[in-house]
Amino acid sequence: MIAFNRYYNKFNILSVSLVIISLLLLTFKGLNFGIDFKGGTLIELRSSDSKINVSSLRDNLSQMNLGDVSVKNFGNETDYLIKFENNENKNVIEEIKKNLDKSFGNNFNFRRVENVGPKVSAELLKSGVIAISVALFLMLVYIWIRFEWQFSLGAIVALFHDVIVTLGVFSLLGLEINLSIIAAVLTIVGYSMNDTVVIFDRVRENLRKYSDIKIFELTNISINETLSRTLITSITTLLALLSIFFFGGEVLKGFSLAMIFGVIFGTYSSIYIANTVLVRLNVSQKTVLREDKN
Amino acid sequence: MLYFSKLRIIFITLISIFFIIIASSNLFKFDNKLLDKKINLGLDLQGGSYLLLEIDNDPVIEQKLQNLTVTIRNYFKDKNIKITNFKLLDQNLFFTSDENSKQAILDEFKSEESRINPYYQRFKSHQLDIIEENNSFKVSYSKQGIINLKTSSQDQALEIVRRRIDEIGTNEPNILKRGNDRILVELPGLDDPMRIKSLLGKTANLTFRFVTNDTEDSFGAEKLVFEDGSEEAIVSKRIILSGDNLLDAQPRMNSETNETIVNFSLDRVGAKRFGKATSTGIGKRLAIVLDGKIISAPVIRDTIATGSGQISGGFTFQSATDLALLLRSGALPAPLNIIEERTVGPDLGQDSINAGMLALLIGFILVILFILVKYKIFGIITNIALVLNLFILVGVLTLFEATLTLPGIAGIILTVGMAVDANVLIFERIREELKNEKNNLIAFDSGYTKSRTAILDANITTLLAAIILFFMGSGPIKGFSLTLGIGIFTTLFTVYFIARLLTVLYVSKNKEKQGLI
Repeated sequence: MIAFNRYYNKFNILSVSLVIISLLLLTFKGLNFGIDFKGGTLIELRSSDSKINVSSLRDNLSQMNLGDVSVKNFGNETDYLIKFENNENKNVIEEIKKNLDKSFGNNFNFRRVENVGPKVSAELLKSGVIAISVALFLMLVYIWIRFEWQFSLGAIVALFHDVIVTLGVFSLLGLEINLSIIAAVLTIVGYSMNDTVVIFDRVRENLRKYSDIKIFELTNISINETLSRTLITSITTLLALLSIFFFGGEVLKGFSLAMIFGVIFGTYSSIYIANTVLVRLNVSQKTVLREDKN
Repeated sequence: MLYFSKLRIIFITLISIFFIIIASSNLFKFDNKLLDKKINLGLDLQGGSYLLLEIDNDPVIEQKLQNLTVTIRNYFKDKNIKITNFKLLDQNLFFTSDENSKQAILDEFKSEESRINPYYQRFKSHQLDIIEENNSFKVSYSKQGIINLKTSSQDQALEIVRRRIDEIGTNEPNILKRGNDRILVELPGLDDPMRIKSLLGKTANLTFRFVTNDTEDSFGAEKLVFEDGSEEAIVSKRIILSGDNLLDAQPRMNSETNETIVNFSLDRVGAKRFGKATSTGIGKRLAIVLDGKIISAPVIRDTIATGSGQISGGFTFQSATDLALLLRSGALPAPLNIIEERTVGPDLGQDSINAGMLALLIGFILVILFILVKYKIFGIITNIALVLNLFILVGVLTLFEATLTLPGIAGIILTVGMAVDANVLIFERIREELKNEKNNLIAFDSGYTKSRTAILDANITTLLAAIILFFMGSGPIKGFSLTLGIGIFTTLFTVYFIARLLTVLYVSKNKEKQGLI
């Protein structure tokens, strides 16, 4: 048996610091919102001329009065991602096409064009925030119906930890937040909950089984009993996610990366956050028995 | 938990076979109608354009209030009430009257059977709100009035948008209402939406009006520029003909001048008016105005009584074709703005399919190998369930002809990774039970029973997340939540029926064996 409970305090301090650092990052550095949430235009280009490079493209486009243009390679050498702030000009794509054809010859394939107006991006951001809030709330309700409130609190604290730290990593690394990241965060919420619930289920079962073991020891027993399952499921999920990350194409990179972080944090938090909340709230056999009487 | 009746075994087998056949109909063609279904590929996979259009209703509201000026004046004139000082400002109509008529006017507007201010009988709210202060009135659209106006202009716009897109002939366009002032257009297979965008961006409000020098024209006059920006002209506000009078319009080549033109023919009313205008107006210039710009303003030389005519204006064949198309499909009730556009080229779509499939294959193989190493015989059972899970998941998507997106493929891969969880929970539990229980059958039975609540809880939480995503997300993300959500059900089916059945068959044959799992 591994003595997870020996490190409860140390990891709690670590988690609290991680959350604080993440919150500071989110407040001061902020998130790198993509055009879904900020509005603007995105163009994915493929050129058939190897002489064209990022800086020549950037020089060319910067003469077009598009505002702040970002040009970078996307996936491989000949693919480029161009982004700029929302532009009132309705024919901007047409003009870019003409301009590029004039300067570089007809060597471009416009593989993807996305244009999100300011009104739509504001709505998307709002519905994303609502979706995550509703998800957290429903999880809270579900776990509250299924378990005692101490468990519910533990699970929610773990969830907030996972979501905040994952977003903190995105802020730190400056990774783009788009619609698929919202999907990833919601899936992380589901996954983290899933992991926590399995351990909690065992904690509750053990509370009924052993009448004389304190919660500090009991959580450790439960973690150990479910440990191989926790690891196997995390590993298979990570195998699937790594496969998406490496082979699923550029579009899914951000999504799978967010999920990979989420699964790692989710697994960690089920062990070191959810359980320690139970310990700190001094959950005992009485907590469960009272519920049984009702 | 370990007993399966014969009937149940047959039932499980049939369901599995059914979905395997349905899933494989994506690869083979079946003659049977029920079986010949295919998963729809989302725009991100097959390539295509997604456009969200917003109707700008402000001009409509202003136009309606402008029209209301005449209606109100005439209506109260008949009742010997004098109304003056009409003024239109910020979508409010102002007018004044005298002290004696004040109450009568308010009564007219507020009566439940009001003819000037309808809707009350149907909606328990009037079309217009009216406020009076010192004998001056402010009339504006009520909440209900705005809703009705928006809904009706959305209905009209949808019809026109559909006609324009049908004229271009893209395959299987999807045109849907969103809210009460938006229209969503999905155009699969279209890799350059430029033409459609420019066609949808035009209101196509066509009028024939005389060019006048008389600024005192009783209908009013306005200065308009030519389409090519070359010159401008003062044009009467009196409309001789409008786009509503057109029956047909076609691009043609004028053999004499070698110029591309648009030929049009008029309905009966239009032909009569056109005949009259051209006979009285010989020598005058008739401006053909489209969306506030003059296309051309030819001098009338002869009376045109045939009810057909032509528009020339330095067109290329393409622009003449587009103008004819716009005229045939009719004018939009209000301008449309494209507020969101997402276009994926077909080769990127194909790349995404390839990448998604590769990721699925590799993820699948990695998970299968890992489980095989970890659980040996029971790994094989889990893997059989996993393969069937994939078939059934794809089968369900095919049966409902659901739309598969790239995030949807990610959802399938994720399902593969998470699907083993239930079996892992069960097998780990059985291992624990076997520590204290020597009888294999009892240990397996209690393993299944005791792991049930945890499995249920774990899947419900994921399902909750998927449901929220389904309702909040759009397009590709919806595809993700769909595969993730359906994946939960197919996982539970394969775990509790297929894997359990195989486990039971194996365990009952090896009851006495030690260290079974």
